[in-house]
This record gives sequence, structure tokens and C-alpha cells, in this order.
Amino acid sequence: MNRTVLDLWVGLFVVAGIAALLFLALKVGSMNTVNASDSYEVVARFENIGGLKARAPVKSAGVVVGRVDSIQFDTQFYEAKVTMRIDKRYPFPKDTSAAILTSGLLGEQYIGLAAGGDSVMLKSGDTLKITQDAVVLENLIGQFLYGKAQEGSTQ
Amino acid sequence: MLKRALENLGNRTIQGVWRMGFATRFLLAVLMHSGTAFRRFGLTIREMYFTGVLSLIIILVSGLFVGMVLGLQGYETLQTYGSEEALGILVALSLVRELGPVVAALLFASRAGSAITAEIGLMKATEQLSAMEMMAVDPIARVVAPRFWAGVISMPLLAALFSAMGVLGGYLVGVQLIGVDEGSFWAQMQSAVDFEQDVLNGVIKSVVFGVAITAIALFEGYDAPPTAEGVSGATTRTVVTSSLAVLALDFVLTAFMFRGLN
Repeated sequence: MNRTVLDLWVGLFVVAGIAALLFLALKVGSMNTVNASDSYEVVARFENIGGLKARAPVKSAGVVVGRVDSIQFDTQFYEAKVTMRIDKRYPFPKDTSAAILTSGLLGEQYIGLAAGGDSVMLKSGDTLKITQDAVVLENLIGQFLYGKAQEGSTQ
Repeated sequence: MLKRALENLGNRTIQGVWRMGFATRFLLAVLMHSGTAFRRFGLTIREMYFTGVLSLIIILVSGLFVGMVLGLQGYETLQTYGSEEALGILVALSLVRELGPVVAALLFASRAGSAITAEIGLMKATEQLSAMEMMAVDPIARVVAPRFWAGVISMPLLAALFSAMGVLGGYLVGVQLIGVDEGSFWAQMQSAVDFEQDVLNGVIKSVVFGVAITAIALFEGYDAPPTAEGVSGATTRTVVTSSLAVLALDFVLTAFMFRGLN
């Protein structure tokens, strides 16, 4: 069996196809899942997570430092238990606080970390003590109306 | 009159079920006799030239144009909400998840599938397949299986090339022509498109479409009545059936893959 021009064309076709796949994998998409090996796990409990979803980014000072791994409902405290994976390159103090924030007016929700001043760093499996829930629009409007009504009655 | 209609209906149903069973047995036979297609890989490479390489031009050009149209239309719509930067996400996700595999498969069915059916149907009509059997050469192993594997290998490569060209087309129109910011075009695209959930699922889709199209094309050719009319009818049926199969399979696969996402 000899090599033919046909083989060259098919070879070129296969190489081009694989190059297109690599282009889709590296340039169009990104393997943005944080590996288990170079990250540590932190748990935070919220009374209301709003529209937070698994794989949402965890940001600190606007920089993505990790991702939300899983969201569970804790029947012991009737709270949401959010597990997130944070990149090992970014150690955080033990008294770091977590808040659920929204990017833009209608954007996706993410977890914002604000570093504290403790000298002890977070270890894998630690729980964040200070958390701030997601803002629920209905509650906000309810509070506003309630405040207005009170204002009216005192006058 | 009514009796005739009923008889006709029953006859058609029985014929349909008969053909279905024969098609299943045919596909199994192709899989069983695939050894030659890999042992003598030259045969498969030859067929990949005809089904894959010769389909390249239509796939690349249509991919580019589909991407360019997506860029234009997407920009028009996104602009009203002031989020032109999301153009990259729109172009990339619609191509990688849906348009790439599906449109490439439809083009592949009409470009390569019809050619396969016509070739095998004509080989049968001119009794080349019977001649092979007389020489103790199994036509399924020698003729059908290499074409099957060539189609199955070519289809995902073609779909990936289609998506890549489409993204390039969207980039050309969105960034170079209209002036969406280049950095946010790529950055937003990368943060929204996931390799496993989007790119890999698209590849799985195109493999399934490749199997469906080549199996239908080969069977229609093999089952075609050995006349000029029979071959032309079989070619038409290949394009119609495989296009419908691609669209139906796409719905099923999408329901499996993207349910529960977001």
C-alpha cells in the first residue's frame, strides 16, 4: 500500500477538524471548573440565596477567586448551605464575610467575599461565620411600604 | 372502496415494519463486519475523502455566513437592551450547542448522504454487489462498512469546523464591521461557554447525527430497487428521512443534555 495524494487531503481534513475543536475548547470556551486538587472548600450558610446557582463565580474585590460547588438545603437550621471551592493561590482570613450580590441590574448572582483581619487563615471545610443574604425585591418593596405607612401614622 | 383503502393501509404498515426490521439487521451486519474497515484503513480513508474532504467547502462557507448573519441579527436585538458585548455569547452558544451540529448535519445529509445512496444504489443496479459476492468478497465489509465509519468520523470534524468558522464570521461582523469591543466579545464568550457542557455535548450530538445519516443513506442505497427510478427515489428518501431524523434526534438529545441546566 503506497501513500497517495488522497491521504494527504484526508490528513489535512482531520488536522483542520481537530484544530477547530481545539479552537472551540480554548478560545471560545474555557475549562473554568476549579480543580479539586488546587482549591479548598469553604461552607457558608444563608437564610436566603435568591437566584444563586451552582457554578456561579465567587469574587473578591471583583476578581474571580473560586466557584460555587453545590447548594443544599439544611433541614437542621432551615437554611441554605452553600459549598464553594476557592483557588489555593488565594488564602483568606478566618473572619472573612460572604455576601450574595448581583452583577448589574439584572445580571447573574455571585458570592462576594470581603476579607477580615484575622491572622489565622481559612482551612478546607471551614464555615464562614458572617454572611449577608441575597436581596429579595418583594421584601425590599414590603419594607419600603411599611416604612411609608409608619411615616404616615406618626404625622 | 373502503376495503381497498384499509387493505392499502395495512399493506403499507406491514411493509414499513418489514423495512424497519431489515434496516436494524443491516446496521447490525455493518457493525459486525467493520473489521475490514479498520484493518484495511485505506478503504475508510478513501471514503473519508469523498464524504469529508469534498464536503469541506460547503460546510466552511455556510458556517462563515451563518456566523455572519448571527452577528448582524444578534447585534440588532442585543443593541435594544444595551448589551452588545453579549454578542460573543450569543454567537458562540447558538453555534456550539445547536446550529453547528444540526446545520452541518443537514448539509452533510444532502451533500454526502445522497451521494452514498446513489453510489450504492447504482452499484446494486449494475449488479456490482452481486459480482462481489460471486468472488467471495462480502460487499457489506468491502463497500458498506468503510463508508459508514468514514461518515461517523467525518461528521464531528465537519461540525467543529462549521462552529469555528461561524464564530469567526460572528467576530468579523461583530467586531471588525460593527465595532463591538474585541476584549469583551472574547472574554464574555469564554466565561459563558463551558467546555464539557457546551462544546463536548455538541460533539456528542454530531457523532449521533453522523451515525444516523450514514446508516440511513447506506440502507436506502442497499435497499433501493435496481432501476433508475428506484435509485432516484432512494436518494430523495435519504435526504428527507435523514434530515427529519437529525431534527428529531436533536430535540431528544437537547432535552437530555440541557434540561436542568441554568
